[in-house]
This record gives sequence, structure tokens and C-alpha cells, in this order.
Amino acid sequence: MSRIEACFSALKSNNKKALIPFITAGDPSLEMTVELMHILTAAGADIIELGVPFSDPMADGPVIQRASERALIHGTNTDDVFNIVTEFRTKNESTPIILMGYLNPIEVMGYETFVEKAANAGVDGLIIVDLPPEESAEFAEVLKPHGIDQIFLISPTTQGERLNRICEVASGFLYYVSLKGVTGSNQLDVKAVDDKLNEIRSKTSLPLGVGFGIKDPQIAENVGRVSDAVVVGSALVERIAEHADNGEKMKSEVSSFIGSLRTALDSIG
Amino acid sequence: MPETNKKSDTSESESYMTMPDKRGHFGTYGGRFVSETLMGPLEELEKAYKKYINAPDFIAEFEHDLKHYVGRPSPLYHAERWSEQLGGAQIYLKREDLNHTGAHKINNTVGQALLARLMGKRRVIAETGAGQHGVATATVAARYGMECVVYMGAEDIQRQAMNVFRMKLLGATVVSVEAGSKTLKDALNEAMRDWVTNVDDTFYIIGTVAGPHPYPAMVRDFNAVVGREARQQCLDQAGCLPDALVACVGGGSNAIGLFHSFLDDKEVSIYGVEAAGEGIETGHHAAPLNAGKPGVLHGNRTYLMEDEYGQIIETHSISAGLDYPGVGPEHAWLKDTGRANYVSVTDIEALQAFHDLTRIEGIIPALESSHALAYTSKIAPKMAKDAIIIANLSGRGDKDIHTVAAHEGITL
Repeated sequence: MSRIEACFSALKSNNKKALIPFITAGDPSLEMTVELMHILTAAGADIIELGVPFSDPMADGPVIQRASERALIHGTNTDDVFNIVTEFRTKNESTPIILMGYLNPIEVMGYETFVEKAANAGVDGLIIVDLPPEESAEFAEVLKPHGIDQIFLISPTTQGERLNRICEVASGFLYYVSLKGVTGSNQLDVKAVDDKLNEIRSKTSLPLGVGFGIKDPQIAENVGRVSDAVVVGSALVERIAEHADNGEKMKSEVSSFIGSLRTALDSIG
Repeated sequence: MPETNKKSDTSESESYMTMPDKRGHFGTYGGRFVSETLMGPLEELEKAYKKYINAPDFIAEFEHDLKHYVGRPSPLYHAERWSEQLGGAQIYLKREDLNHTGAHKINNTVGQALLARLMGKRRVIAETGAGQHGVATATVAARYGMECVVYMGAEDIQRQAMNVFRMKLLGATVVSVEAGSKTLKDALNEAMRDWVTNVDDTFYIIGTVAGPHPYPAMVRDFNAVVGREARQQCLDQAGCLPDALVACVGGGSNAIGLFHSFLDDKEVSIYGVEAAGEGIETGHHAAPLNAGKPGVLHGNRTYLMEDEYGQIIETHSISAGLDYPGVGPEHAWLKDTGRANYVSVTDIEALQAFHDLTRIEGIIPALESSHALAYTSKIAPKMAKDAIIIANLSGRGDKDIHTVAAHEGITL
């Protein structure tokens, strides 16, 4: 059983929801990213989504764009991201790690090399924002023998035949983008999310995560009630940016924010 | 469409005019690499485009507007004095600079705005570098009574104050993009972000033959009028097809517009001219087909300027319209198949051609088009006197007067 599968199955038997925080690798530094990952798990994260910085993050709002820019200014590259995961794995063998990024850095490295390095580092899943199922047949073939899940996004505009196809090819879990917009947007509608998740559930038994627009414990709780997992990105990355010059403060803020989300999710019961 | 007077040689291999395939691929290039939220809207756009592009009513309205609003057909002008001075081939200029708003860009914005209207979209958005596509979009938005928002890099807003004011006069909102390198590529990212957020009522008018399918094909089809006209005009005026075509390539919309009707005329040599900036060897250029490698950006696979880890790197050209790290996927495919040749000229060479055409023919060309002219002036002397080159004079140079003056240390 893969780490992702094991994680969701354990949560399910405890009647709990998965908390999936997103941080950008290399922001504020490579060392701090590893530290933050441990802090996230200690505060209650079940899965970690690690952003791979890209110069042109078309699907991201300003908060994650800037995190990506900061990481690139520090010289963060794809090999550094693998090193972060390797380093994290020396102390944590169980928490699933998902890399989230854009296709071009993978194309440049070559599918085979990228996937091999990811597998060796201990990566469990990949979200490639600009690689829809229509373009990913070749990549899927490369992934298969390595047991890494390609996690697909579903959005409010995903309908009909496309929704069926995505449910067929997906593995790990499905990530529902709660609204039309970029990461960090504002107007999440829980009722609309619930309706769409029910539609998706009629087509797949995979766990369903929801992200984009989850910024506080109340929203997390509301979304947690209708989903299997919540993803929190911009609200967390914003806290990291805000305390960039005070590492201790940053760590305590991150820890208490994730803790508050954990408590909110656990109150669902 | 004009009939062919002279049969082209298609016996050697199959047609070059059948691309893209059903999934929007030009060989291994093109495609649709976007976030999930845009996949549905792109399918909807593709359906509308395919439905209308061959519909008689749509074609009639498009052609009516091209004739009466844009001022087409644009002349094919025999630059006799310049040809004589160069001492070789006869040079014909396709005068896209004489179109309304001063460049080929309006062909595409008229087409897309008509499509937007038929799709019931009341709001159009665009990205722009130098401002030419932004102006062309703001222009058609004014004419069709649509709300218009143009994204432009903060750096470009500084450099192109006149075009920014033109867009505002036309009623558009110009949004300054502060992200990344603050230039065209970042404006495109930001326009995509707007589109993904407002996709229900918004039509994104992309200005070049890049982006996710169907944009590269659609923008080409709206600009292909350039080559259709030029081909017939050349047959009418010179009695034969040209020996060579030359056009500048940034994203490549004016170039593909000229080239497309000639792709199966295999005796016609095709040259796309990229911006070598300060020289390819300096790294300060905008020539992905000459010095880049394939990758994925802005929704399509194509040649890109990138570092060893796939991060997009900054480009340089004296011409803002060529200052883009990618290129339309059809050009990538034409390069790999060998049907077209992609060459480059430097800032200095383009400036020389700018002055030459201005002094010898009394036509002030855009700096973008000056790249095509510079390459034309390199090959013309080596060709026979009865040979014919068609160079695409894709835009007029008024917008570049400040840049040229500044380069020569003159304050206006």
C-alpha cells in the first residue's frame, strides 16, 4: 500500500479528515523548508504538499507567486527540492509528500530522470498544474513502475466526458479546485462544493480533497464536513512570508495555525 | 480564397497546411497545457471557432470589417529604389503598416472580437508587450461595445506611454503587471489568471500564434489573409510566385499569416527572422528557435529560452514586440520539418534597415518589421535581378520613434 493510500485508510478508520498544508520549497530557505515540514506534521498535517518553484506560475495568485519568486532568487532548483524531501525522510518515513508544480522544469530534466529522482527521494504524488489528462499519457507510463500517484485537479468547469475520464485515470486522491480562479482566491461556496463532490463521488471511490480559498479554521471545518481532505496554501504561505525575518516567530505561527485547523477538522467527528 | 494560377509541387511530400491535428498538436508541439479550470472553456472556444470559421455569415462579416474598417486589402508594394540599391532581387513589401491601428494585429482582434460576440461574451481581455495588440484589442472593443481590460508589464508601461494612453482613450482599463520580469510573458500569465477567474463572461483575445489550442490555429487563420492577398497580388503584379518570403518572428503571428498560404508552394523559400538583440553569443537576445530548446510555457509545447532547470529566462530586443521567450508552436514544427528557415538579426542590423527603408522608400517601418527588412537586405544582393522577395512590413514605426531617438542619444 502506498503512503497516500495508507494515510487515507487510517484516517477513514478513525473517522478523521486529512489536513494537507502547502508550502513552497526554498521559501524562506532550503533548511527552513525541512524544519517547517516537521513542524507541520507535529501540528497535525497528514500529507504535505511541496511547491516546486517556477518562473511563470500561471495558476497561482499573488501570495504563492511571490513565494515562488523568493525561492528562485535564493537559487532553489529541482534537485534542491529532491534534497529537501530526502532530508525530511531521514526523520519521517510515513507522511506522504506531494510535489506540486508546473511541467517545464520536468520536461527539461526529462520524464524518466525526474521520476526516478522523485521516487528515490521519497515523493509519493505529483500535481502538475498544467498537465491535464489529455496531455499526460506519456508521463503516466513513466510514473507507473515507480508507484507515484499523479493527482489530478477537478474544477467547477470540469464536466461530462472529461470528468469521467479524469476519474478513470486518477490515483491517490482527487483534488477539487473549489472555485474558478487562482490559488488564494476569496469566494468559496460550500454548498456548490458539496454538490460537485457528490457528483464526483458517484463516479469514483477515491478520497476527495478540496483546495483554493481555505484560509481559516471555520472554512476548513465547513469544507471538511463535505470532503475527505482540505488543502491550505496561500493562508499558510502568507504567514511564512510575514515572519520571514524572525524564524522562531514563523515556526510558532505556522504551528499554531496548523494546530487550529487540526482542531477545527477534528471537531467534525 | 484566391485561386492558384500556378500549380505548386506537392508530389514530393504531403501538405504542410493540415496542421494542427485534432488535439491541437503541430507534430510534437502545441497542445493544451493549462490548469484544469481552463480545459472546459477552451473546448467551448474550440467548438465555436470551428463552427464559425467556415460559416458563410461569419466569413462575410469578417471580410466586410477587414475591408471597410481595417482597410484591406493592404498593398503589395514594389520597393524599386531599395531593390536597385541592393542590386539583386526585386523586393515587394506587404504593407500591413497601412492597416487601421498600424499593424497586422487588427486582423486577429477583429476576428476574435466577432467570435466573442457570437459566444455572448461581453468582456474581452488581452496581454500586450509594446502595446500594439493592446491597442488593436481596445479598438475593436470600442467598436463592438465591449468592456476591455489589457494587461501590460510595469516595465513596458514605462517604455510605451503613448500606447498606454491610446488604450485609455479607447476606453480600455490598462492593468500594470508587477510580477516576474514585468514584461510581456508576465502580462500573459496575468491575463490567464483573469480569464480563469472570470471565465463565464470573459473572452481572452490572445495576440499571437501561441497559447493553448485552439489559439495558435485560430490566430493564424485570422492573420492568413495577409498571405492569401500577397500570393494573389504577386501573381497579378509579377506574374509568378515569389522566390522567398521574409517576416519577423516574436510570437510569430505576422510571419505565420504571410507564410501559411505558401507552405505547399515548395519552390518558395521561407525565412522567419528572430531578434538576436546584442548578438546570440551574448545571451542577450530573443531567439528561442535559434538558441533555445523545446519546453512548455503558456499552454503549448514549443521552443523556449530557459535555464538548465527549465526556468524561463529574460529576453532582450530593441523591439518590444519581439521580446518574448517563446514562439508559436507551428513555427517550431516548421523549423523541425525544414520547411521554413529561422535566422536572426541584431538590434544594430535592424536599426540600419529602419533607417534605410525610411530614407530610400519614405516608409518608416516598425522595429519588429525592421528585423525582416534587415535579413531581406542580406539575401537580396545574392539573388538574381528577376528573383522576387516578399517581406512583411508588419507595422509602422511611429511608435518606435522614441526608442530610435534614445538609442542615438537624442532627447525629443
